[in-house]
Amino acid sequence: MRDQNAPPSRLTRRGALRGLGVAGLSLMSSRAFAQQTVDLHVPGGPSTRFITTSYPQKGRMILQRSSPPWLETPFEVFDKGVFTPNDQHYVSWHWATFPGDVNVDSYRLTVRGHVNQNLSLSLTDILHSFPRVEIAAVNQCAGNSRLYATPRVAGAQWANGGMSNALWTGVRLRDVLDRAGVRAGAIQVRFGGLDEPVMSGAPKFLKSITIDHARDGEVMIGFGMNGEQLPLLNGFPLRLVVPGWCAVYWVKMLNDIEVLDRPDTNYWTATGYRVPDTPHNTVEPGEAGAKLVPVTRNAPRSFITNIRDGDKLSTGSPTSARGIAFGGDCGVARVDLSIDGGKSWQPTQLGADQGKYGFRPWQAQFTLPARGPHTLMVRCTNTNNEAQPDFRVWNPAGYMFNTIETTHVVAT
Amino acid sequence: MLRAILPMIAALGLALSLYPVQAASITALKSLKLDVPTSDAMFPPGPGSDAMNNNCLACHSADHVLNQPSLSREAWQEVVNKMITAYGAPVSPEDAKAIVDYLARTKGTS
Repeated sequence: MRDQNAPPSRLTRRGALRGLGVAGLSLMSSRAFAQQTVDLHVPGGPSTRFITTSYPQKGRMILQRSSPPWLETPFEVFDKGVFTPNDQHYVSWHWATFPGDVNVDSYRLTVRGHVNQNLSLSLTDILHSFPRVEIAAVNQCAGNSRLYATPRVAGAQWANGGMSNALWTGVRLRDVLDRAGVRAGAIQVRFGGLDEPVMSGAPKFLKSITIDHARDGEVMIGFGMNGEQLPLLNGFPLRLVVPGWCAVYWVKMLNDIEVLDRPDTNYWTATGYRVPDTPHNTVEPGEAGAKLVPVTRNAPRSFITNIRDGDKLSTGSPTSARGIAFGGDCGVARVDLSIDGGKSWQPTQLGADQGKYGFRPWQAQFTLPARGPHTLMVRCTNTNNEAQPDFRVWNPAGYMFNTIETTHVVAT
Repeated sequence: MLRAILPMIAALGLALSLYPVQAASITALKSLKLDVPTSDAMFPPGPGSDAMNNNCLACHSADHVLNQPSLSREAWQEVVNKMITAYGAPVSPEDAKAIVDYLARTKGTS
């Protein structure tokens, strides 16, 4: 949304200035932002963020960065249901140069590289010449909750809303690869979208997975989110859906699939998005020398969504807690609740299972025994018997945070 | 009996149709032409703010930096090095020093 009252000098289109020919960039002066803010309550840096409603096809979002957009899902959205509404599904781009103008008639998805025949597929081909599949899956940035890293680290300062869940509709990547015919010796598949780096020397955003992963029948070329086409900012018209894996692999505005017969050496696959190869990817701050490995799968997490830090609850009468959990790269086996800071745990009731990679609702009743402060905790154990850790997950880049969540309340 | 059942079926059908997701429901995609906002905000003025404005805003808006936590000079140096070596930012050595100084002064830990 443009600020119509901005002085003329502020109405320059930055994209046009750079001569990039990018359609649909508009300028949002600082005055155009909503004045409303949210306090994320963290020490060691700016704690408040603007709430914005200025982005196309998006409702109320936490503005983490204007351009390229980092729009966070406000946490209260997670209390309303397991599927995040499309207009509040979080947004994250690496490069600002992606089109606002996408023509569905001329769009093509290329499949090339180590294949028998190159393909150039129209959106009609994708929608109508392959079997359709659906899968519920959490799309979570590897750096979700980086805001809570102690000590703090640089990067997108997501609170807990750098994640969203959707029912994705699309076609199997395997079926598309099979039509091209993967040749013997293929080892990886690399994905690229319409986004381009701003600087000529910068690495285009590309990401690869192994050929076996690409052909597992779950990895999807998605064109639908909760029954509708994807919002532009979530990757319209096509994005890769890699169930159970971090969102960096879910390439948006997907238009290029390249089958490789040698390891991908591009920056984003070979160098970026690294974590220490230690239990829970955790090291001591300042500790050096750990072997680095790429982020891959999601780890189990759970959240209380109806009780917030600092809430006052009544003593001696039953209180309902509810929330969401996800297992990461497998389903949720159990979610346990503690009302005494982790000394003892009680099981919660799991709600309907909409798919093992999606959010699973849980609920429980508890009674706080005495007036005063109490510490609520919630812990997900996934079907691989991996539980959230009770210590601080920390690494220099702030990835893969999944420490047990703590909610401080006061019983009155 | 039938009269009793028919409204139930109708209600059930309505409930199902309201369920947000149906695989077969997307038959075509519609082209989009949308304005994606950017920001013209500059860095707070002071020593080094010209270097910040000239080198940082080409790739990302100022709030990217302003929303970062307070970090040590060494950590800011690493960030600036990464922008140059990993992300191809064409920053002169003089400007890189001015940028690190600005960040350490305005968003430092000491």
